[in-house]
Amino acid sequence: MKPRKFDLVRAESTAEALAALSESGGNAKIFAGGQSLMAMMNLRLADPDVMVDISQVTELSYLKEVGDKLEIGAAATQVELLSWPGLAEKLPLLHQAIPHLGHFQTRNRGTICGSLAHSDPSSELPLCLATLEGEVVLRSVRGERVLSAADFQLGMMTTAREDDELIVAARYPFKKPGEGFAFTEVAQRRGDFAITAVAAVASGDVTRLGVGGVADKPTAKNWTNLSDDNLDEELNAFAWELGGSDDIHATAKYRRELVRRLGRRVIEEAKACRS
Amino acid sequence: MPKLNQDSLQKIDFTLNGVAETGTAEPRMLLSDFLRNVMGVTGCHVGCEHGVCGACTVQIDGKAQRSCLTLAVQVAGRKVDTVESLAGRENPLTDLQQAFKTHHGLQCGYCTPGILMSTSEFLDRNPNPTEEEVRDMLSGHLCRCTGYAGIVNAIMATIEERQGKAAAE
Ligand SMILES: Cc1cc2nc3c(=O)[nH]c(=O)nc-3n(C[C@@H](O)[C@H](O)[C@H](O)COP(=O)(O)OP(=O)(O)OC[C@H]3O[C@@H](n4cnc5c(N)ncnc54)[C@H](O)[C@@H]3O)c2cc1C
Ligand code: FES
Ligand code: FES
Repeated sequence: MKPRKFDLVRAESTAEALAALSESGGNAKIFAGGQSLMAMMNLRLADPDVMVDISQVTELSYLKEVGDKLEIGAAATQVELLSWPGLAEKLPLLHQAIPHLGHFQTRNRGTICGSLAHSDPSSELPLCLATLEGEVVLRSVRGERVLSAADFQLGMMTTAREDDELIVAARYPFKKPGEGFAFTEVAQRRGDFAITAVAAVASGDVTRLGVGGVADKPTAKNWTNLSDDNLDEELNAFAWELGGSDDIHATAKYRRELVRRLGRRVIEEAKACRS
Repeated sequence: MPKLNQDSLQKIDFTLNGVAETGTAEPRMLLSDFLRNVMGVTGCHVGCEHGVCGACTVQIDGKAQRSCLTLAVQVAGRKVDTVESLAGRENPLTDLQQAFKTHHGLQCGYCTPGILMSTSEFLDRNPNPTEEEVRDMLSGHLCRCTGYAGIVNAIMATIEERQGKAAAE
């Protein structure tokens, strides 16, 4: 299927993109990598009057260290992040998670901020943002604000972004000394959207587990002094708290089982690789 | 700032398989349709039009991408390579294409152009991958005929042959 007609703004600067969003009165869509948006347009699930293509805005195409975080501009692609030299050492969770995000052909175009904006509950990058307690930078002609993952991610493909706002950057916190990380997911095939994805961070006596694909948004929980004896019980309680529903890919029951099993696996792995 | 009206026909100057070309398209036209219907390059196949099957994969500036998720106007000024770019005039087939033929890497051939465009970029970046890495790369493509075994064999044989040649030098 083909997209319906739309006007296309090929922005050359952030200011131009913000002006186009502001002038469109709400029915404009940002075109970043197009890896979700174009599929939705072809299926006529999205039908904006105006598309604002930011893929050529060079000032948004960057990865830079800002204090204890990596700041990722809106035009930076997933493959650029995966090839960032410090990734394995400084952002081990992203290093483990990104290879599960689609295929190299889609990562060649797809952006980090686009995935966060799209906010699919089973997506890897929003799950890592929630688990690592990262933040996003939103800008419009009215000004700029920075939101934590918790304040930004509101629900099923729903974020706190206003129609005239551009996510100009996302910030993922670096590994701190003593932390260990692990990520895994179950999908029908490698590169498909996860049925359930889990990410764990262990540090001293604190354990944090993030789960995607069960609740309507990525959800993380902290425990202090979580011992092996009560791990199963705690994971079971968390699985039930997350809810989840049956769909064509899996039942809610199967998803709860994945939270229990994969949850244990990543928590054990994260604890074992604390350094 | 360039704002392209929905009904306007845009002139697209770009490099197609190494040759400077020009075509026209409305903003809504997909690159896959532009290549096939305007430029006559029918080696770019169209399966699903939502990024899943991989049949439409072409290289833009050397990177394998879905042409069904790209707008034609976005390739203005860029370099697009389709399966037609692989073999030159003298060689009817590249070593990779020949290996697909030898190892039954295709039956109907619908998925093949996309797989060849992905694999050629992949092997340029990573000349000596493991079979697991090759299978992971192939996860971005659906083949309804071969069961993938022939495709994997063809790619692994190409790698071995290229490694052998490199070692012999
Ligand atoms: C075959 C296939 C498999 C995939 N598998 C996975 C997977 O396993 N896991 C996964 O997480 N994703 C997967 N994806 C989707 C992923 O590839 C996309 O890259 C990602 O979801 C969106 O990024 P994008 O840059 O392509 O955004 P686009 O498609 O351009 O945009 C997506 C949405 O976000 C909005 N948007 C984009 N950028 C911004 C911004 N800076 N500010 C405000 N709004 C913005 C757009 O308007 C649109 O609504 C898959 C896609 C395909 C085609
Ligand atoms: S037609 Fe483009 S991926 Fe299927
Ligand atoms: S050879 Fe027929 S789909 Fe692959």
